[in-house]
Amino acid sequence: MSPVLSVLVHNKPGVLHRITALFMRKGFNIQSLTVGITESPDVSRMTLVMSEMDEAALEQVMKQLHKQIDVLKVTDLTEEPMVARELVLIQVNSPVQQRSIIHALIEPFRANIIDVARDTVTIQVTGDTNKVEALIALLRPYGIRELARTGLTALPRDSVLGSDARRVSEGQVLPI
Amino acid sequence: MPGLSEPTQDMSNNIPSEAVTEPKLLKGADMVVEVLRREQVDVIFGYPGGAVLPLYDALYQCGIRHVLTRHEQGAIHAAEGYARVTGRPGVVIATSGPGATNLVTGLADAMLDSIPIVAITGQVAKSVIGTDAFQETSIIGISTPITKHNYQIRHASEIPKVFKEAFHIANSGRKGPVLIDIPKDVAGEVAPFTYEDPPQLPGYQPTVAPHHLQIRKVMSGLAEAKRPVILAGAGVLHAQASEQLLAFAERYRIPVVHTLLGLGGFPANHELFLGMGGMHGSAAANKALYETDFLINLGARFDDRLTGKLDHFAPNATIVHVDIDPAEIGKNIPTDIPVVGDVGEALNMMLSVAVDKPDCSGWVEELLAVKAEFPFWFVQEGELIKPQRLIAEIARITDGEAVVVTDVGQHQMWAAQFYPFRAPDKWVTSGGLGTMGFGLPAAIGAHFGKPDALTVAIVGDAGFQMTLQELAVIGEMQLPVKIVIVNNGALGMVRQWQELFHGERYSSSLLEWQPDFLLLARAYGIPAMKIVSDAELSGQLEAFLAAPGPGLLECIVEPRENVYPMVAPGTGIHQMVGVKP
Repeated sequence: MSPVLSVLVHNKPGVLHRITALFMRKGFNIQSLTVGITESPDVSRMTLVMSEMDEAALEQVMKQLHKQIDVLKVTDLTEEPMVARELVLIQVNSPVQQRSIIHALIEPFRANIIDVARDTVTIQVTGDTNKVEALIALLRPYGIRELARTGLTALPRDSVLGSDARRVSEGQVLPI
Repeated sequence: MPGLSEPTQDMSNNIPSEAVTEPKLLKGADMVVEVLRREQVDVIFGYPGGAVLPLYDALYQCGIRHVLTRHEQGAIHAAEGYARVTGRPGVVIATSGPGATNLVTGLADAMLDSIPIVAITGQVAKSVIGTDAFQETSIIGISTPITKHNYQIRHASEIPKVFKEAFHIANSGRKGPVLIDIPKDVAGEVAPFTYEDPPQLPGYQPTVAPHHLQIRKVMSGLAEAKRPVILAGAGVLHAQASEQLLAFAERYRIPVVHTLLGLGGFPANHELFLGMGGMHGSAAANKALYETDFLINLGARFDDRLTGKLDHFAPNATIVHVDIDPAEIGKNIPTDIPVVGDVGEALNMMLSVAVDKPDCSGWVEELLAVKAEFPFWFVQEGELIKPQRLIAEIARITDGEAVVVTDVGQHQMWAAQFYPFRAPDKWVTSGGLGTMGFGLPAAIGAHFGKPDALTVAIVGDAGFQMTLQELAVIGEMQLPVKIVIVNNGALGMVRQWQELFHGERYSSSLLEWQPDFLLLARAYGIPAMKIVSDAELSGQLEAFLAAPGPGLLECIVEPRENVYPMVAPGTGIHQMVGVKP
């Protein structure tokens, strides 16, 4: 399974470059990378989905990330209970006569049509990787014009870890 | 404010001295000078230019010595040489654009060999960053993969905090280079100056004290060991742990192998010293690394030039790896007992736990027999000078007490093999990056770090020509640096590999034309002499090393001499060739 890493970093210029430069230098491949600000404005969370790798390689990735002075915390979510979602926009061929079929098809995925043109519709779907890839596969025969994926973003499940416990452990790392 | 001497130029804000509670307002450039004073920087290596004019204006007559090298690469290698012999960060200044890019090789060199450097670069003014302004280059982008950390300052008020962090990061944990990029206009901005706060770096907390449970595992493993060996790297030197290493090795009678960069950490004349290991290491050292059942790595990073083919490196050993950088542990060699921390702290803890001495006298005797039977060797024949004998003679005449600085290549390996380092911090060489051109400027820096020691720069005829403009520094200041050119008329190591692995096709490796090195030295005001035959070697070398002031000795040596023993690339350390004549 592709490792999923959650990395808390200082929210300041150049940090994304440091991380991507590290990956290039060390020859690590990533499948996706999302970055966004956290509850603390000084801290960003990067969610990295790595290409499949063995345990030793993953350990080296995590250690190299730790070495970065702007990296505050690295968590391997792969084996942990987590919630992980990505958002996908799919522009698909949809002549008027097919539109109800498309509607019926996306409905179980709780996807929405967010833009309608004469010959196409644009569908928005969120979910884990399996779900969005299933929908993409179903829509492909109708002719996907364009597709945009955000990549996975994730958090450990609060209900399992216990919110108090996590706050304490993060507090030790982040005096913010 | 204590420690702040009289400003040498008009300050835009003069605060009366009674107002001690209010931080003093300083211009950015003056802050940098003040910070360097607080960090007790006694020498800076650098080269001025447009973007650092305000900084150089503040440096003018500020009391900190500035050594003007003749190229920024020379400045950073000098800073490395200084740092290596003093254990304190070397400081280098360069201007924006080409000044900054000329530091790149030195930054990469310092990164691979964990040398503490604070590099200050000028940058174009903030308002024109990103416009391809004159002498603009993104040194932050360029230097990110080859620095431990870097900063671009956006306002003068950040200067104290950034410099405090930079000196701390450069010289703690696994040491390394830190670059600070200062836009020209920042140097003129005025801001309050305080330098008391300790650095706040939540993402940088190096583990210094190892975990006691790991130490206990090491010691109980050692009690079971039959064939233990210590591999001591430069981590021993960075931690200043030579005494503990000696005490530990002697207590349990464990033989010691050094890496190239670790030389001097353990006395070379000690009975338990097996020599350098690796590609051009000794037969005894490599036998120990191959046959050991308990390898204690103290601050070495299992570099490929040491390990040879990984499958054959210590294949039957329990591997203990003590390293202050956790990312090194398990990177190349799977580790059984990882110990994250400072080598000195680890050795102190290992010395505080007593275990029954393992019975390994047979193993030690076997290794000592190999050490006696297969020392580093050369065959003296004919009139030509053998480079190995040249090194051995330098060692004899200096009694092993000189600060030896080398360039990169065959002469470097011969120096490592034939100069017996008995004490730490007297060996300066470019290991990881293998930077030709390192030797001469690094020797200048080493001299400033240890001005009372005899500094001998042993360089090849090719590498010397990469940075020979720094002769100007030696000539101008009449620095007592002794330059020995080991002249074999070739890029010797390249030539050796072409001979051994490329069918003797000497592609672009033979220097059939060379400058007159003696005239060159004299042009820079440096006395020079040349020796060509073995008969004159000892006498001339003694006279050369005894003369006061600078000197350059060109030594014409046997051009076909190769470095042996050798572990050929792609083979194991047990497959050495040339262990004896």
